[in-house]
Amino acid sequence: MARNEAGLKQAIADIRALRERFYKEVKVPGAMNEMNPELDKAGRVADFLELGELMCLDALSREESCGGHFREEYQSEEGEAVRRDDEFAYVAAWEFADQDPGKAKLHKEALVFENVKLITRSYK
Amino acid sequence: MKFTLNVWRQNGPQDKGRMETYQVDQVSDDMSFLEMIDVLNEQLIGQGINPVVFDHDCREGICGMCSMFINGEAHGPGRGVTTCQLHMREFSDGDTITIEPFRAKAFPVIKDLMVDRSAFDRIIQAGGYVSVNTSGNLPDANATPIEKPDADAAFDAATCIGCGACVATCKNASAMLFTSAKVSQFALLPQGQVEAADRVLNMVKQMDLEGFGNCTNTGACEVECPKGISIENIARMNREFLSASITSK
Repeated sequence: MARNEAGLKQAIADIRALRERFYKEVKVPGAMNEMNPELDKAGRVADFLELGELMCLDALSREESCGGHFREEYQSEEGEAVRRDDEFAYVAAWEFADQDPGKAKLHKEALVFENVKLITRSYK
Repeated sequence: MKFTLNVWRQNGPQDKGRMETYQVDQVSDDMSFLEMIDVLNEQLIGQGINPVVFDHDCREGICGMCSMFINGEAHGPGRGVTTCQLHMREFSDGDTITIEPFRAKAFPVIKDLMVDRSAFDRIIQAGGYVSVNTSGNLPDANATPIEKPDADAAFDAATCIGCGACVATCKNASAMLFTSAKVSQFALLPQGQVEAADRVLNMVKQMDLEGFGNCTNTGACEVECPKGISIENIARMNREFLSASITSK
């Protein structure tokens, strides 16, 4: 799987449109004050729509290729992943804000390695 | 395939409940019974009728959630299967199928086909475990030799998934097949024998407290059990219970 800036921006726009439609058109059967598994499912779909957008936002902001995250803009001439440890050696912790995943605040948790040196793995 | 379904509808534990009849078509013979209910529910939502609430989880016969009484049998026709493993090809096109929840005093209906089976959890909490100190200095499990017939019988008992088909099938709504399977899987092994007396006394006591009936050796439970748990386990539990009652402090 490969990602790129244009694709991720498109995905965010698509998910936002889908979420808007979801909140306008969602039909949840059942009544108040009774056990309702359908409401449970609707809540999960709402969660997935938020999480999906946040995953795209996170992938967009991580301008490097690392692990399962491959950004087409960041690859070597042989097509291998290019990591950018100087800028991205952190864990992204996103804080949900204003009921909008698009406004999530990024907290960087630095990855500090005391005993090993960060190098590029080679499978060759 | 097309079916006429008589489905038990009950809004909550206090509701009296009633049977409703629905028509469902466009059912493939490859569908599981639960997938057929999914098709029905999609249809009901489209018609503005509340979908049928039913329990389900793994849909591969190991979780024991799909507690349905179909045409008068727990998990419907077929042997050794749960409702999720029951396929619509087991029925004939145009059949009328009656679907009810598992019925027992100790399994109150939550809604429609979903019942509360937490009485089983409380029986397990009463003793269905082995207390092992996890100090990190435990002997290797394979260092304790166990005779093959005992290991096999313990494993067979341990395949019980706690679905409650035995209770739903039993005319006395007895949980003895379930409880005896849980007692047996430990009673047969040296690790379980340390706490065996307290275990059987406490689990049987909890079973009675929950309002399950007693065994009258009908044997219907082992026929309907999706895992083929044998009623030999009930005999073993009775033996364990008797000897524990005589020797307990």
